Amino acid sequence: MKVRAQIGKVLNLDKCIGCHTCSVTCKNVWTSRDGMEYAWFNNVETKPGVGFPKDWENQKRWNGGWDLKHGRLQPRMGGKWRLLAKIFANPDLPEIDDYYEPFTFDYAHLQQAGESKAFPTARPRSLISGERMEKIEGGPNWEEILGGEFAKRSADYNFEGVQKEIYGEFENTFMMYLPRLCEHCLNPTCVAACPSGSIYKREEDGIVLIDQEKCRGWRMCVSGCPYKKIYFNWKTGKSEKCIFCYPRIEAGQPTVCSETCVGRIRYLGVMLYDADRIEEAASTANVEDLYQAQLDIFLDPNDPAVIEQARKDGVPEHWLEAARHSPVWKMAMDWKVAFPLHPEYRTLPMVWYVPPLSPINAAASAGKIAAHNGMPDVRSLRIPVKYLANLLTAGKEAPVVDALERMLAMRAYMRAKTVGGVLDENIAREVGLTPEQIEEMYHVMAIANYEDRFVIPSGHREDAEDIYDERGSCGFTFGNGCSGGSSDTNLFGAPARKKLQTPTEVF
Amino acid sequence: MADFFNHLLFGVYPYIALATLVVGTVIRYDREPYTWRAGSTQLLRRKQLMVGSVLFHVGVLMIFAGHLVGLLTPIAIWDALGVPHGAKQLLAMTAGGIAGVMAIVGATLLIHRRFFDPRVRAASSTSDNLIILLLWVQLGLGLSTIPISAQHLDGEEMLKFMVWAQGVFTFKPDVYQAINGTALVFKLHLFLGLTILLLFPFTRLVHMLSAPVRYLWRPGYQVVRSRKLDPRHG
Repeated sequence: MKVRAQIGKVLNLDKCIGCHTCSVTCKNVWTSRDGMEYAWFNNVETKPGVGFPKDWENQKRWNGGWDLKHGRLQPRMGGKWRLLAKIFANPDLPEIDDYYEPFTFDYAHLQQAGESKAFPTARPRSLISGERMEKIEGGPNWEEILGGEFAKRSADYNFEGVQKEIYGEFENTFMMYLPRLCEHCLNPTCVAACPSGSIYKREEDGIVLIDQEKCRGWRMCVSGCPYKKIYFNWKTGKSEKCIFCYPRIEAGQPTVCSETCVGRIRYLGVMLYDADRIEEAASTANVEDLYQAQLDIFLDPNDPAVIEQARKDGVPEHWLEAARHSPVWKMAMDWKVAFPLHPEYRTLPMVWYVPPLSPINAAASAGKIAAHNGMPDVRSLRIPVKYLANLLTAGKEAPVVDALERMLAMRAYMRAKTVGGVLDENIAREVGLTPEQIEEMYHVMAIANYEDRFVIPSGHREDAEDIYDERGSCGFTFGNGCSGGSSDTNLFGAPARKKLQTPTEVF
Repeated sequence: MADFFNHLLFGVYPYIALATLVVGTVIRYDREPYTWRAGSTQLLRRKQLMVGSVLFHVGVLMIFAGHLVGLLTPIAIWDALGVPHGAKQLLAMTAGGIAGVMAIVGATLLIHRRFFDPRVRAASSTSDNLIILLLWVQLGLGLSTIPISAQHLDGEEMLKFMVWAQGVFTFKPDVYQAINGTALVFKLHLFLGLTILLLFPFTRLVHMLSAPVRYLWRPGYQVVRSRKLDPRHG
């Protein structure tokens, strides 16, 4: 057993209102730069839909994630030789049009235009080439609120095994939001696929980062990541990804997306896991068992044997304390209401999701399906259980059904308590929980106070750097000294004049 | 006067070029690691790259290996191996010719893409544009030496260039005289080749030094870093 700690995350999709505050705050802080206009470390997708970049879940097309070859794990892109053979031209790399061509508008024209009969308009212009765009063909959220025709959106990979035609009809249609960010996997394919060895997982908190000085822009990570959460910065020629706001995490603060989440759906907490069993868990033969396999390598922070080993492996004491109060542990392990996103990719992702409840469908509300204890059968909910299972448990429905039932039970129990004035323990027992657990679930998931959502121990800077050496330095920069991150310098290191000037910038 | 220029271009210039190559590369690696990358534009436009880039890189790598082995292996070794000079020349002409055609076809596609695709053009720096043009001209010069070589198949002309190249690396001051009297196209090819070496540290070409060969024997698939200070360094 080798104990490692990771800051894990849970997103409660039941409460996501799709406001995109997470995406926008993240964008403003991390990716509002040249070359990263199209990149969204955090984006919110409307499901069902093909997502961003288009069709990202189709691994037959992109070859992301892992494959079992003769029982051994290997990136789906191929082994090391095969992968290096793709280095001159990578057939598994999305083109920018699979994301979208970043654009701005000629806003200044609205003020500068001469007198004319028609109103002046601000027409779009490409942020890459600076040329006029006649039509905007895509965006990071192109299917917002089920935008576009169902025929296109139904290419959604999660419809596998679902009679999707039914859900094209208006009265049967359903919708959910899926905010996505880097999963900071326990078994990341991006790290495995990086020829330069520039991507690494931090031992202390599990955050996966790209060393920008070591990255050579071979762009294998973009293909390797099945979630398509590594973005190639076309300006600097290097890949970038969600950094889990590590400067904030180190200071004990939540990530920007979590901090600003209006619906209070995001939870951050420590998870202890057995690093020696990662490969074993990721090599589980049947994809439907991968969810359980990942649960099995999480270690109970209350187990004395785990605590002893964790101390030996250098996990700080207050990290162990935080692990004992981790909301992620509660939702993933105690109540089993949170699930990994697409465990079949075998990356053992660490950003988990609570599946959303949905209105009961027409047949059930017409009284054709019996309700029990005032709770409808979860199979009569609008969002097909199979769809959620394809998203969260590689198609295994039972765990998702249990989770949805527990969430319904929590509502029924609390409704009985606060409206009816009755403590109905049967509701709790029928879903395998105690009334106390239901109360705590309610407290953490429904009320979701700040200190219940975020239990983040601070990092130990004294272990990592000599502060005396840091005096007078620049803090977080890109590479050489205090430079601003643009590689556009002339021969002698002075900033070069800007090449691309859109009319908006000229005026 | 001709001797002066020969001396300057093939006796002195090689050292200027090589010194700039070495010192410039080291400085860039040390001071500007953030600029050290392959500079791929595949994200912006896939078209033409799949064929162009593969042809170009495979061709150029073959040519590079050929020049390295062909020019710098001491003549004594070839003689000891019993390779006749004529046969060596014939091998260089055919292998180099095939690789050269591959590379120049690839480079033509890449040039077309770089200069006529609006996205790629906007993302290109002057050095990107310059170096691909220079490489194209260099490939063209290299290929046009083949018909001239075909006029004398005894391998003796090639020997002169081997003497010169090995002389440069063994610091023989008068070695430039070895290539006196060779055809102009050879000299142009040499001069441009040296110029490309000179420009090397200022262009994207540096990415070839980071060819990720190490990846093949990097143990396992995962990389983990600890922030804990190494106690050895206190």
